[in-house]
Amino acid sequence: MAKSKLNLDPKIVDSARSSAGRIAGNVQEFIDRHTTVSTERTILRLLGVDGVDDVETPLPNVIVDQIKDAGVLSRGVAYWIGNAMIKTGLEPQEIAEKVAAGELEITKLEMADVKDAEEKIIPVVMDSLKKIRAQTEKRNEYLATIGEGKRPYLYVIVATGNIYEDVVQAQAAARQGADIIAVIRTTAQSLLDYVPYGPTTEGFGGTYATQENFRIMRKALDEIGEEVGRYIRLCNYSSGMCMPEIAAMGAIERLDVMLNDALYGILFRDINMQRTLVDQYFSRIIIGYCDIIFNSGEDNYLTTDDAYEAAHTVLASQFINEQFAVLANIKEEQMGLGHAFEMDPNTENGFLYELSQAIMAREIFPKAPLKYMPPTKFMTGNIFKGHIQDALFNLISVWSGQSLQLLGMLTEAVHTPHMQDRYLSIENASYIFSNARDLGEEVEFKAGGIIQERAQFVLREADKLLHEIEKEGLFSTIEQGKFGGVKRPRDGGKGLEGVCVKDEYYFNPFIPLMMGGTK
Amino acid sequence: MNATTQVDLTQVKPYGDTMNDGMMELAFTLPVPYGEEASEAAKVLVRQMGLDEPSVVYSKDMGGGFTFFVIYGKCQHTVDYTSIKVTKVDVDVMERLECAEYIKENIKRPVILLGASTGTDAHTVGIDAIMNMKGFHGHYGLERYEGIEAINMGSQVPNEVMIAKAIEVNADAILISQTVTQKDIHIQNLTNMVELLEAEGLRDKIILVCGGPRISHEIAQELGYDAGFGSHSYAEHVASFVLTEIVKRGMINRKSL
Repeated sequence: MAKSKLNLDPKIVDSARSSAGRIAGNVQEFIDRHTTVSTERTILRLLGVDGVDDVETPLPNVIVDQIKDAGVLSRGVAYWIGNAMIKTGLEPQEIAEKVAAGELEITKLEMADVKDAEEKIIPVVMDSLKKIRAQTEKRNEYLATIGEGKRPYLYVIVATGNIYEDVVQAQAAARQGADIIAVIRTTAQSLLDYVPYGPTTEGFGGTYATQENFRIMRKALDEIGEEVGRYIRLCNYSSGMCMPEIAAMGAIERLDVMLNDALYGILFRDINMQRTLVDQYFSRIIIGYCDIIFNSGEDNYLTTDDAYEAAHTVLASQFINEQFAVLANIKEEQMGLGHAFEMDPNTENGFLYELSQAIMAREIFPKAPLKYMPPTKFMTGNIFKGHIQDALFNLISVWSGQSLQLLGMLTEAVHTPHMQDRYLSIENASYIFSNARDLGEEVEFKAGGIIQERAQFVLREADKLLHEIEKEGLFSTIEQGKFGGVKRPRDGGKGLEGVCVKDEYYFNPFIPLMMGGTK
Repeated sequence: MNATTQVDLTQVKPYGDTMNDGMMELAFTLPVPYGEEASEAAKVLVRQMGLDEPSVVYSKDMGGGFTFFVIYGKCQHTVDYTSIKVTKVDVDVMERLECAEYIKENIKRPVILLGASTGTDAHTVGIDAIMNMKGFHGHYGLERYEGIEAINMGSQVPNEVMIAKAIEVNADAILISQTVTQKDIHIQNLTNMVELLEAEGLRDKIILVCGGPRISHEIAQELGYDAGFGSHSYAEHVASFVLTEIVKRGMINRKSL
């Protein structure tokens, strides 16, 4: 850590970080013994299996369900597909189509040796990795040629529910200066145990995360990026019951940023904790491999809990998300750890506390592209005051050197943004970012003052909480409601039936290759 | 005193800085390219809205053939304030401790309130503000009310599941929060809840309340709810209504659902 303006004790930072490392490590032992239906469907998607059957069930679901119903998911879909390739001479997609047509039961075929199945599938795996790498190279080429906006990147959302309308809004936002477009997902997708297929034209509060929607928006943003001379990043959600599947789709369609949090689904969508923790592992390996920036969701704690009192839970969770990311081989430069400007505006000196916490996050995670979220909880419909709240938020962001700035909208709490709302918010941020660009370099803080002491306090509390969690274990900490004030039982929530213990011959060919950074 | 500073409540106009100047500000976007024609088009539109002397104080090219405007104009319409009627939740609001006292004196048993954000709505901010211990803006939530057992089922709860839970816990009231209102999805969902309760024969046996930033008491009543709470409603408003209603409807010694 460089010299701390907040006079943070590096020993406490190290203590908190190593405690989080042990917390994640303990959960990793559990993760390594298990797989899930969504993890297995992800392997199929990466092997090129796509499309739906005649009742709109995605083919990856059709296959995994067949294997699961036969009680042999513990062996892993990679084995069953490799085996089927040997026995039928078909490619994975052809096998999937035959299964969907009711012409093939892949678990009833004669069983080849595990080694042979793995060998058979490796060329398909390598081919898939090559395609993903081509997308990563394409991004690098864009960044090298047309370049990108300055940090904090201006991050805006589109949420019309119609992907084609979203394109119009996204392109307008890019022309106005946006650097990242997040396509908001329709409510309720997080609890679907499959990924819908095809373009969305009628969603509520957003569109489905589908491969086709990703493709449509990617193309639109590449076009507008070339027009405005700036690479425009695309963001969507690798979260919910299909977390790793959506990460795979994101890798294939070149998304740049994905919402992905080890704990969010458990706390805020009541997804079973075992399921999510196993799912997040593979999703993060994919994200790490293809240089996507992940965004964790700590900001959400502050919408359910109090932003002043619960600040240390945000920091503790950032440490945990960081350590899970380390286990999935994600570079620090891809760790978009989340936090938010959510204190009650009536708090005296609230701005000082927010500033303190934002700088604290910056100092503790120096290379991470921190995602800073705007005020939402105390936005009232008074759009004029809201615009000022957003201005204070923007000032802290440029001052503390945040990286991904989700722009606050003056009409937050009223409606999903109109075109002019987005324009006004981009104008607000651009003005403040430019006007106060190097403020952070110029200002130091009074020793023992409000700002220093606030950060020191939050760090000490986070360290204490992490050591409690380490002692209790992550599962039981969540059961007790220590994050976001939300309690979730270990065997409760949705999707537990999709978790399965691996057998001794299980293999997922993508994990070692992606972790090894195969070129 | 000058007569023009007196408001005539039968003919009210917007007030800028002089009585009856009718001043209004508007901000909107037209899907036409930036330029003098765009500004003229905006003025014509605003005049048709009944605003005289429209003045485009700001316009901005938003790219892609869209122009943003800020416009002032003088409203020519008036409104008769004396004839306005609004349906409101008609109850004397009691503070948290008064609610506890009210339960002790009048109801003499625990009051069970079941809340959730239902349907596809994933937002818990509204139901949490009303129910969670901490509440919102210094107004404690129902969980902190003595004599009230508040059960918050969270978000995306199907109406059927909520009704089953209401029967299980013998709820006095169901509190539904709706935040997402795009394409009126909340109306469909709220209506569905009433239909299901009616089909189960439970509608009269339970107090049904909804809330959310786009909810008004009037809409709630139209949809068949007992009350609706919009922005700036807190736990004490909901609690006061429900407790009073329990007494009013003779639900104190009611049978199990």
